[in-house]
Amino acid sequence: MKYASQRVAYWYFVCAMVLFGVQILAGGLAGTVYVLPNTLAELMPFNIIRMIHTNALIVWLLMGFFGCAYYLIPEEAEREIESPFLAYLQLVLLMVGALAAVIGYTQGIHGGREFLEQPLWIKIAIVVVALIFLYNVSMTVLKGRRTAVTSVLLLGLWGIAVFWLFAFYAPDNLSLDKVYWWYIVHLWVEGVWELVMAAVLAFLLIKLTGVDREVIEKWLYSIVGLALFSGLLGTGHHYYWIGAPGYWQWVGSIFSALEVAPFFAMVVFAFTMVFRGRKDHPNRAAVLWSLGCTVGAFFGAGVWGFLHTLSFVNYYTHGTQLTAAHGHLAFYGAYVMLNLALISYAMPYLRGKAPYHQTLNIVSFWLMSGAMTVMTFALTFAGAVQIHLQRVMGMSYMEVQDEIAPFYWVRLGSGVLVVIAALMFLWAVFGPVRERRRVARQDRAAALQAAE
Amino acid sequence: MSGPSEPHRPPVERFTKSAARNIFYGGSIFFFVVFVALTAHSHWYIVTTSTDEASMTASVIRGKHVWEKHSCINCHSILGEGAYFAPEVGNVWVRYGGRDDAGGAREGLIAWMEAQPTGIEGRRQMPQFHLTEQELNDLVDFLEWTSRIDTQGWPPNDAG
Repeated sequence: MKYASQRVAYWYFVCAMVLFGVQILAGGLAGTVYVLPNTLAELMPFNIIRMIHTNALIVWLLMGFFGCAYYLIPEEAEREIESPFLAYLQLVLLMVGALAAVIGYTQGIHGGREFLEQPLWIKIAIVVVALIFLYNVSMTVLKGRRTAVTSVLLLGLWGIAVFWLFAFYAPDNLSLDKVYWWYIVHLWVEGVWELVMAAVLAFLLIKLTGVDREVIEKWLYSIVGLALFSGLLGTGHHYYWIGAPGYWQWVGSIFSALEVAPFFAMVVFAFTMVFRGRKDHPNRAAVLWSLGCTVGAFFGAGVWGFLHTLSFVNYYTHGTQLTAAHGHLAFYGAYVMLNLALISYAMPYLRGKAPYHQTLNIVSFWLMSGAMTVMTFALTFAGAVQIHLQRVMGMSYMEVQDEIAPFYWVRLGSGVLVVIAALMFLWAVFGPVRERRRVARQDRAAALQAAE
Repeated sequence: MSGPSEPHRPPVERFTKSAARNIFYGGSIFFFVVFVALTAHSHWYIVTTSTDEASMTASVIRGKHVWEKHSCINCHSILGEGAYFAPEVGNVWVRYGGRDDAGGAREGLIAWMEAQPTGIEGRRQMPQFHLTEQELNDLVDFLEWTSRIDTQGWPPNDAG
């Protein structure tokens, strides 16, 4: 940790991980309701559980992004954060708002547009939080050194805030409602979030590989260019069947098929940089999460997205378990893994220790990624059967669901493994580190140096 | 052409960082403008062609609010978007035979909602939302209106 104010990132990561816990517990519960439908049916119906699952995910990922920004911007801008106090104030507001929302949901206080269920006052609080944040990071960047990493990161973060404003626009006409709803949902996850992702990844690769910044930043601009050139018009793949004009089937199919390109470029980018750079960074877990993140995003967002993005395919697959399969692996691969990568990288510095618990962290990587892969395949097969029975044969929805029940058991099992892997990860980053070991390692390093 | 007497120079990098940056900003602005223009056209198309704004009555709008207030979308899907835990409702009006027998479909949908939860073991439970007579009818009006949106022929069949 080069700048004292980077410390605020620590608390962002703590809060993000608390909500990560809420998210996967709600996910495990929702997976249980799928196979044992009477679970909590009266106390907490499925719609509330899912609301908590998705909202906690979105908020913790954003909180993680904020933490990433507060961690990396001082090092990039080469100065302290403009106001650490505002950073903490922003965190408290966001965390209180998030927990209030979750508690409110359990009491039936919620709106009803998917992912935007927050009551109006929380939506407004999110704007306040965003304004505080953008002021704080923008001033830090403007007064300091400007790099491509911070330029792209800031553009992404400003984009997140600007598109959030569509949360306040809910037309009475359902089709119009959907058109602008996607301005938040799609332009976030397949647009400006990718800018944040690419910028954080570039920062990690600069730090982990030592490859020349000029090279990495050229890759960064190329990747985010590919992301927006494909992703903006790629929104069209959500406009096929909601009442929008037919030309979206062409526009959406062509451009969203290209959305795989930036993710492929990220894989090539990350692996090339790691192979070209020095290969001995002591934080092996952070390197693994960084590389894994690009692969996860490529398969989850890229390949699984492409599977059902062409309009003549999507006609049959739209709104089936295949969509759920894609959603799960895409969020995990692109954004969960990215946050866990930066957390793995930053925590030793934030805690003032040499990289620790590497083996446990690496085991949690393989267990979590493996379990998410199994979950994705379970939902993909469920989706394939559902598509055939329901969309082709015309069998009724509930009958089809009974047919694919075994896949939901597999999904639940893999979900339990994700919970276990997450606990291992939490221990690996927040767990106690014995000083003795650290000293021993340093001694060993010193002895090695002396031997040379 | 480089002559043999010319001193050695490092290869010129054609694709520089600033070129990548300019392509990124320029291209992104271009595609964003195109996207907004197409959205504007779609907006116009929706209000004039694909949806029936004239029949979007106060009860249809109230029905949409009933749909949202109880967060139906976190179990059901509507026009394919939602939670995939319960049946698609964009065409539920059609599935209940509303095109041929509007009265029967209305009665059927309301009776279904009032009968929830079934409490049957091993079956997904829809909660009892205690909707008033008017809310029930508003919701049905909204679903009926939704079923008439021109969705380019989706879903493939009545199963939704």
